[in-house]
Amino acid sequence: MVEVHSVSKSYGLKAVVDDVSVNIEKGKITSFIGPNGAGKSTLLSIISRLLSADTGEVLIDGQKVNETKSRDLAKKIAILKQSNHLSLRLSVRDLVSFGRFPYSQGKLTKEDHAFIDKAIRYMELEDMQDKYLDQLSGGQKQRAFIAMTIAQDTEYILLDEPLNNLDMKHSVQIMKVLRRLADDLGKTVLIVIHDINFASVYSDYIVALKDGKIEAQGTVNEIITSLTLKQVYGMDMSIQEINNQKICVYFS
Amino acid sequence: MREKSKLLLLFILAGASIAGYMFIELGPNWDYALPRRAEKIAAIVLTGSVIAIATLLFQTVTNNRILTPSIIGLDSLYMLVQTTLVFFLGSTSLTVMNKQINFAISIAFMVVFALILYRLLFRREGQNIYFLLLLGLIFGTFFGSFTSFMQVLIDPNEFQIIQDRMFASFNNIQTEVLIMAAIITGVVLLYLTKFVKYLDVLALGKETAINLGVDYDYTVKRLLVIVAILISVATALVGPITFLGLLVVNVAYEMFRTYKHSTLIFASMLISIVALAGGQMLVEHVFTFSTQLSVIINFVGGSYFIYLLLKESKK
Repeated sequence: MVEVHSVSKSYGLKAVVDDVSVNIEKGKITSFIGPNGAGKSTLLSIISRLLSADTGEVLIDGQKVNETKSRDLAKKIAILKQSNHLSLRLSVRDLVSFGRFPYSQGKLTKEDHAFIDKAIRYMELEDMQDKYLDQLSGGQKQRAFIAMTIAQDTEYILLDEPLNNLDMKHSVQIMKVLRRLADDLGKTVLIVIHDINFASVYSDYIVALKDGKIEAQGTVNEIITSLTLKQVYGMDMSIQEINNQKICVYFS
Repeated sequence: MREKSKLLLLFILAGASIAGYMFIELGPNWDYALPRRAEKIAAIVLTGSVIAIATLLFQTVTNNRILTPSIIGLDSLYMLVQTTLVFFLGSTSLTVMNKQINFAISIAFMVVFALILYRLLFRREGQNIYFLLLLGLIFGTFFGSFTSFMQVLIDPNEFQIIQDRMFASFNNIQTEVLIMAAIITGVVLLYLTKFVKYLDVLALGKETAINLGVDYDYTVKRLLVIVAILISVATALVGPITFLGLLVVNVAYEMFRTYKHSTLIFASMLISIVALAGGQMLVEHVFTFSTQLSVIINFVGGSYFIYLLLKESKK
């Protein structure tokens, strides 16, 4: 379980994350939603040690993140940020192989190759595994990066806006993969996501942030209500139930 | 295995240019010329390797392929130290003074300056590495202006002596200084081997590197210190020559099209040796010492740099 205990982070006088406490359930998909500047990505970065909190602490399976060795954490938690611009000439397979670095420190073993193959198969990248990253489309590149985090074989997978710049087809494809990671492999998935309908349909839990504070948290049914969403986004939405899934209509 | 054959080819080329430099027009007094040439070629191999490695490390740490470590102002500081010595002690100090002392003073100033710069950078957590470059650039310009100021004030004859120092040169290298430089380089490179495995991961960027378990701040700090020492050694040995690094590292990237630093390190070292030994051959046998090696390097490197910029902007 990931426990966040009253974490705060400010830049200058502005508190980006303001005294946030939250527990993330194991084996589920938890989505962070909220308007721009709510502190979602910052919170994700703090949980994954990319940033350090000003006050408060993050515990992963009872261990304090800032007191654990980075290499040990890399076997437990994987983070993928939204911008992944690379000027390197890397093939898809090379990139996925980097996911094994915490284990092999660069010298790949047979076991590592097995994990790499599995991750490539999981993201359906077999045909393009020898292509270079600069030859791929945005969606394919995103899948390659996710394959790297899968090869890292961590219990916790954190993704910052994994659907950025993707069309519906690829978005659905990636969300389905995340669902399988949680359901079949028991991984804990934590995503920052802007499209609340994707959050509604594919997550187990939703944490809504606003102005650096948690506005609401709970199961999909508890959060996806007109009232809660109005509090979070400050706009009226009508919630429709289609095929047992709650869909927000906000094009008023 | 094409990578291995390319490396082998480079190795042969480097060997050939070394041999070429050693034996072309050796003349009848070979017992006099040979040890002197050997000394020079040793300096060339040392400087070439050091500059190539330092630039490669610097570009990996900054994730930028058009930067050279000269941006943190070490070249300008070297010129400032040399000018200050002449300004206060007169030009005889450069010619008369023990070269080892001059070497030690230059290195000490450059390393201490780099350490202070890094201190400023890493005092606060999460400071952007481009802040370091900006600071270095400002200090470099400051040193440069201060140097020009003193150069304007001194006697023109004294200025001639300094002007000699403004261009890298492999003539007049003392054996004792060379040995000192080799020892420092050896120790630093030995320390570097501890970090080589992290280089490929660092090239993926800060966030990915942290995600993959690299202790980012610790590693980058040490790599930057290594870069500073290597650059200081090379500059104090032969003069400002960091531009060479930009050239050879990029040629290595173009030739090998790989991200693997284990290959890139050796490739850029060998290319560097070929460029320097070949260039020195040109200087001695074609231009008969009418020009300096660094002038040729800067000319070729500058043209290549413009080509790189044009190519990047087309993307």
